[in-house]
Amino acid sequence: MSFEAFLIVSAVLFCIGLYGALARRNVLAVLMSIELMFNAVNVSLVAMSKYLTPAALQDDISTVLTGQVFAVFIITVAAAEIALGLGIVFAMYRTNESVDLTEATLMRH
Amino acid sequence: MLFQDVVFWILTVMAIGAALGVVLVKDLFRAALLLVVVFMAVSGFFVLLNAEFLAVVQVLIYVGAIAILLIFAVMLTKDVQHGNQPNRLQIPSVVFASLLLVSLITVAVDTKWDFLPAEQQERVELVQTNAVTTLTGEALTESGVISPEEQAEVQGAGLADLLIGDYVLPFEAVSLLLLAALIGALVLVRPNPGTGRG
Repeated sequence: MSFEAFLIVSAVLFCIGLYGALARRNVLAVLMSIELMFNAVNVSLVAMSKYLTPAALQDDISTVLTGQVFAVFIITVAAAEIALGLGIVFAMYRTNESVDLTEATLMRH
Repeated sequence: MLFQDVVFWILTVMAIGAALGVVLVKDLFRAALLLVVVFMAVSGFFVLLNAEFLAVVQVLIYVGAIAILLIFAVMLTKDVQHGNQPNRLQIPSVVFASLLLVSLITVAVDTKWDFLPAEQQERVELVQTNAVTTLTGEALTESGVISPEEQAEVQGAGLADLLIGDYVLPFEAVSLLLLAALIGALVLVRPNPGTGRG
């Protein structure tokens, strides 16, 4: 259970999420994949805050929590993103009768 | 240490297997349920990494709110039977994702990381595991890890102190963002905006 193991798990999760976000047609599947990517980033941030030395460790012991603080912010942004994202999905579903991204061509002339 | 390794590998298999399921399973509802499994596994990772508070927040917000919202959205849109179909970018995105994976793993393995010195490890762990709870004086002196002078310093080093201390500006910005997202979502889902029937 080394630091690198956590980073590699996080990289694998991120790339699975990236593939899903690029290659799926259903907008809900894309949103789920983006959530996967958020989680992968959080894992690597928290792992770094456990294993690595912050530059200002000698002055301020609380710098070892910086990674966790950033993870809290990322979780908040993810919650805001999913709220807005689902709002857009419903608006799109109302006008298009579909949640297929390839059919979302309303703004193309 | 061995026990933690076993837990780590179980969580890894859970997380990666379920994540593959999320992007590959055809039924969107099952994909949403598998996403819950990924969230729980990541919360387990947080426990392994001394971040108990984040583990709880992960379950509350991701499993309790985000996954439920996604499941609602899956059930409210009729496209579920069409399922989780791939688009034309299938092969390029596999290539791109695997190239990125290879480069990320190379970076993770090749970089000379500046690890915490062993004598600091215990102190840091104490700060991280007690990041939320208030440390009592007895608990600290009994553990004998830090001197009384450092005690005050560690007590002021909790996650909450950081959030409304050093990081108060991002904290306020994020709360504004949440408010804006709430209002935006309400405006977006209002039926027939402008006709007054909302």
